[in-house]
Amino acid sequence: MKILVCISNVPDTTTKVKFKEDNTLLDDSGIQWIINPWDELALTRALELKEDAGNSVNEVCVINVGGSLTEATLRKALAIGADKAIRIDACPSDAYHVAGQIAEYLKENVYDLIFSGIESSDYNGSSVGAMLAEFMNYSGISSVTNVNLDDDIVVSRAIPGGKQMIKTETPFVAIVQKGIAKEPRIPSMRGIMMARKKPLEVIPAAELPVLTQTVKFELPQAKGTCKMIDPEHVEQLVELLKNEAKVL
Amino acid sequence: MNFEFTEEHLMIRDAARDFAQRELLPGVIERDDKAIYPTEQVKKLAELGFLGMLVGSKYDGGGMDTISYVLAMEEISKVDSSVAVIMSVNNSLVCWGVEKYGTEEQKEKYLKPMARGEKIGAFLLSEPEAGSDATSQRTTAIDMGDHYLVNGTKNWITNGKSASTYIVFAQTHKELKHRGINALIVEADTEGISVGPHENKMGMRASDTHSVMFNNVKVPKENRLGEEGFGFKLAMKSLEGGRIGIASQALGIASGAYELALKYAQERKAFGKEIINHQVIAFKLADMAVEIEAARYFCLKAAWLKDQGKPYGHASAMAKLYAAETAMKVTTEAVQIHGGYGYVKEYHVERLMREAKLTQIYEGTSEIQKIVISRGLMD
Repeated sequence: MKILVCISNVPDTTTKVKFKEDNTLLDDSGIQWIINPWDELALTRALELKEDAGNSVNEVCVINVGGSLTEATLRKALAIGADKAIRIDACPSDAYHVAGQIAEYLKENVYDLIFSGIESSDYNGSSVGAMLAEFMNYSGISSVTNVNLDDDIVVSRAIPGGKQMIKTETPFVAIVQKGIAKEPRIPSMRGIMMARKKPLEVIPAAELPVLTQTVKFELPQAKGTCKMIDPEHVEQLVELLKNEAKVL
Repeated sequence: MNFEFTEEHLMIRDAARDFAQRELLPGVIERDDKAIYPTEQVKKLAELGFLGMLVGSKYDGGGMDTISYVLAMEEISKVDSSVAVIMSVNNSLVCWGVEKYGTEEQKEKYLKPMARGEKIGAFLLSEPEAGSDATSQRTTAIDMGDHYLVNGTKNWITNGKSASTYIVFAQTHKELKHRGINALIVEADTEGISVGPHENKMGMRASDTHSVMFNNVKVPKENRLGEEGFGFKLAMKSLEGGRIGIASQALGIASGAYELALKYAQERKAFGKEIINHQVIAFKLADMAVEIEAARYFCLKAAWLKDQGKPYGHASAMAKLYAAETAMKVTTEAVQIHGGYGYVKEYHVERLMREAKLTQIYEGTSEIQKIVISRGLMD
C-alpha cells in the first residue's frame, strides 16, 4: 500500500505578515517556512502506519505544488521519514489549481491513500483535499482524526459531541484534523543524514487554468489597548461596555 | 567567505530548537531546583542522535559537522544547560578521542554504544589538586604487565554517576612528568571504583557531577588510548574541541537570556511605556545583541576551522573565553532588565545567570584560556 501526503509550505506561525505590490502579494522576505502543521501531523500518522508491521504500507511519499523555495520543507519531510518527495514546479495560485496539479500527478501514479491537512495555516482555504477527491472521483472523508488499516479500513472523524467511524475502500482521500497524530516528529540526526540520499523529484506543472486572482490583502486592525478595571468598580465596567464598546 | 548556513544546518538547528522547547522546557526549573538528573530527556536526546552527532556514521554516529554541533548546542543551552553539558562531554571529550585515537576494537566496543547514546561517557581529568594545572596528576596507573593498576581520586566529573564508560587520565611514569600520563578506557562498573555524592552546585544542578575514587582498579592493557604516555596530549587535544562545545553552550545561555529579556522588555511597562522604549533598556539590549553575535562568530569560526582540518586550538580558546564572558555579562543584564521578576525562578534568567558562571570555570577557566591565547600569539 502506498500513501501520498500533500504538503503545504507555509510561513512559521510566529511570522509578522507583510504584503507588497500594492497589498496583492505576500512579502516573503525574512520568512521562515515550515510544513503546514496539519500536514505534518498527517505525515506523522502515515509514518506510524508504515512502521506498524500489521499492515501493508510500504511507501510514504510527500508532494507539494510550489517553487524551488519549498524544497527545504520537502527535505525536512524526508528527514522525518518520508521515502520520497515530489515537487510540482508551479506557483500555487489557489486551492483549485493546487488540487488540479496533484490530481494530474495521481492520474499517472497510483496511491492507495492520500492524506491532506484540513486547512493550511497561511490562506486557510480548507479546499484542496475535497477538490482532489472530486477530481479523482475518490471518496473524500473530512475531519479525520484516525485512520486504521487493520483488516478493514476504518476512519474516525470528529463530529460535534463525539466521533463517527466510517468503513471505506482504497483509494480515498483522508482530510485530516488535529488528533490524527499526537505530535509532529522531530527529525533525527540519522534521518537528516539519510534525507540527502532520498529522491526529491521535480516535475513540470500541468497546463491548468487559474480561475481566481487576489485583488488585495488587508491586515486586521491592531488590537486596542486593554483597560483594566478594579474589581470593586463593576459599574465602571458596565459603563464602558455600554457607552464605549457599545456591546450592551 | 560565505555566511550562509546549509539547508541541513538549519534543519539541525530547528530540530534542536523543537526538542528544547518541547522536551526540555517543561520541568527545567524543577529539575534544576531539586537537582534531578534528566533521565527521560537524555534518552530522547539519544534517540534523536544528538549524543553522538559528531561521530562518523561508520561508528553509528550522526556524521554531522562541527558547525551543526554549535547550532544544536546553542539551541539546547538556551533552555537547559544541564542537558547540554551531558551532550557536550559525550560528543567532544569522550567520543572524539576514542574515534580519533582508539583501536578498531575500542571503537567497536566503546564508541558505538556511546555514539548511539545507549551508554554515556565521562572524562576524568580533574583531581582535588589538579584542576587548571592538569600536569600534576596524582592518580596512578601502575604497569602490571597485562594490565594497569589504577589508584586515585578524580573530581568534578560530569556524568560521573550516569556514565558507563570513563576516560581516565593517570600517571604511569612519574619521572617523565606529563609525558608519563596515560589515558585509559575504564568501564564504570569495574571492581574498586566508587562514586562520591552528587555535588550540590550553584548551577547546572541537574547534571550529575561527582568525585570518582579508584582503589586498585585493574584496567586491561588494550584499554589504553593511543601510545604509552600519550594521555596528556590527548587531554589537551580533547579540550581544544571541548571548548567549542562549551563556548556554544555559553552562547546559548547568553542568547536564551537575551531572548527572554527582549520579550519581557516589549511587554513590561513603566512610566507609561514599554521599558524597551526607555533608552537605558534599549541600549542594554543593543549591547547584548552585539556581544552575542560576536560570540556566535567566534564559535562558528572555531568550528569551521575544525571542519576544514585546520588548527583550531587558538580559535576555540578565544571562542570559549569570549562566549563565557559574554554569557556572564548578558545574563546579569537580563536579570537586571527583569527587575524583581528576574530574581525569582519562574522567569528562568536567574538560572541562566547561575549556569553562565560555570562556563567561565569548567573545561579551562577564562584565565587558562588567556594563557592558551597569549602563548598562541608567540607561535
